[in-house]
Amino acid sequence: MPTDNSPLIVANRLNISLDNGTSLVNNLSFSLGRERVALVGESGSGKSLTARSLMGLLSPALHIQARTLTIAGENTLTLSERRWSQLRGNTLAMVMQDPKYALNPTRTIGWQVEEPLKLHHKFSRAERRDKVIDMLDAVGLPHPTQLMDRYPHQLSGGMGQRVMLAIALITDPQFLIADEPTSALDHAMRDQVLALIRRLVEQRNMGLLLISHDLQQVADHCDRVMVMYKGELLDTLPAAELPRATHPYTRTLWSCRPSKATHGQPLPVLDRAALEAHREHD
Amino acid sequence: MTQNLTDAEMVTPRRYRRRRATTLATGGTLIAILLLAALFAPLLAPFDPNAQQMAARLMPPSATHWLGTDGFGRDLLSRVIYGTRPTLLLVSLILVLTIPVGMLVGIAAGYLGGWTERVLMRITDIFLSLPNLVIALALVAMLGPGLMNGALALALTSWPPFARQARAETLALRRSDYLAAARMQGINGLRLMFGHIQPLCMPSAVVRAALSLGGIILAAAGLGFLGMGIQPPTAEWGSMVAEGSKVIFDQWWVAAAPGGAILFASLAFNLTGDGLRDRLDTRNAH
Repeated sequence: MPTDNSPLIVANRLNISLDNGTSLVNNLSFSLGRERVALVGESGSGKSLTARSLMGLLSPALHIQARTLTIAGENTLTLSERRWSQLRGNTLAMVMQDPKYALNPTRTIGWQVEEPLKLHHKFSRAERRDKVIDMLDAVGLPHPTQLMDRYPHQLSGGMGQRVMLAIALITDPQFLIADEPTSALDHAMRDQVLALIRRLVEQRNMGLLLISHDLQQVADHCDRVMVMYKGELLDTLPAAELPRATHPYTRTLWSCRPSKATHGQPLPVLDRAALEAHREHD
Repeated sequence: MTQNLTDAEMVTPRRYRRRRATTLATGGTLIAILLLAALFAPLLAPFDPNAQQMAARLMPPSATHWLGTDGFGRDLLSRVIYGTRPTLLLVSLILVLTIPVGMLVGIAAGYLGGWTERVLMRITDIFLSLPNLVIALALVAMLGPGLMNGALALALTSWPPFARQARAETLALRRSDYLAAARMQGINGLRLMFGHIQPLCMPSAVVRAALSLGGIILAAAGLGFLGMGIQPPTAEWGSMVAEGSKVIFDQWWVAAAPGGAILFASLAFNLTGDGLRDRLDTRNAH
């Protein structure tokens, strides 16, 4: 995989907290380049919050603080709303969980895929149309020209997720954030969509932040894994090392997956007391 | 691993379209009849609507005068047919004035929130508290009677419901995933409000409009009835009912003919409103 060493996203001591001071994400530091990185953790660990803060789309009730948070060389802490809008969609793109709720039900697929192009580039109508058709074709949707006139409710979940991906990628962004892109899909579809995301990201030499709680998936499709627990980054390791993880939390996450080998036996559960002790120790 | 979906997923069920088509078709036909009557009034009307025949005053319905004649011996059928023109003109003027204003205020209030919302919604409340016909009367009395002034007067009190509805829908949509997804593409401000929120509020606004049109037709007729609408001798349903009410106990048809026309027009718009809702709202397509 070709890597260009300048990181696209750098976060240093990123904090997200509520009005009353309750901390939701704590001292997160990481840097992401043109690589495939997974962010895993149990629900409520702050994965999605972190992703949304990278898009500048936190709810106004939340406060963000960081020593540095740079995206494509821009300091996002002092960015104007206008500049944010140019960054979103053009440099950064995000795919959300459920296409059923993330596509506007009153607009056709073609219109929705085309809109980021209208916004961020100056193309003629015919050029835009060609690009939309190419993009729909690239995400593996059949009959793109007919599909353009369809509405979201006429698509299946898998097709919807491909459309979302087309919308995210049509402006050729440098970095893609995928927030559990497959959890609304059935099992057979998951691998297909993930393989597609991986292929497109590799082809376009983009960075990918994949948020997931499916460790097997992550191990198959990513280079690096970041593990979050209660708003903190516990562990960072190469995806290939997951079976040999040294951190107890990561080890439990990896070993509590049901499989044929563990059929009929109780799965290990997290020993939270031991984990807390380990955290104190750090 | 294959990356292409099979063609089988492209099949669209068509039969859902059939069910409510009858409401829309009936309403649409009635409106089409009204439109045709307005357009081809000179061809359809058997007599000149303003030609007075003093010898044939207050004649009951007969073969020559299908709906009878009024106090000046004018043919009622011709006058009812010509009466569709000012009514439809007034209705379209009011629609053009109210829907854009109402939606602009409502969507802006719902989307921007905070002080903008408070100020806009209080203004809406003020207009909502004004009694419809009374304000229209006052305004027309000030500006002078006529079609344009009547439309303005009625529009002034008809836009608040659109604004409130648009605001309510925008509030419900503001946290929705597809608006978040749109913002993730860098879509913001006016583009988000009118590219993404407005079409979602449109179906209910159209239904609201079609349903309130019945009321607007009644209000317009009320203005005419009170002598503040289009001035005689132009045929207008409201003023025709007013004329007919003078002789309602002996010659009922003079008031019944334009009254029936008002009923017909209200019904047409109500039916269309219902039908349109089922057709336009893609969210309820299944």
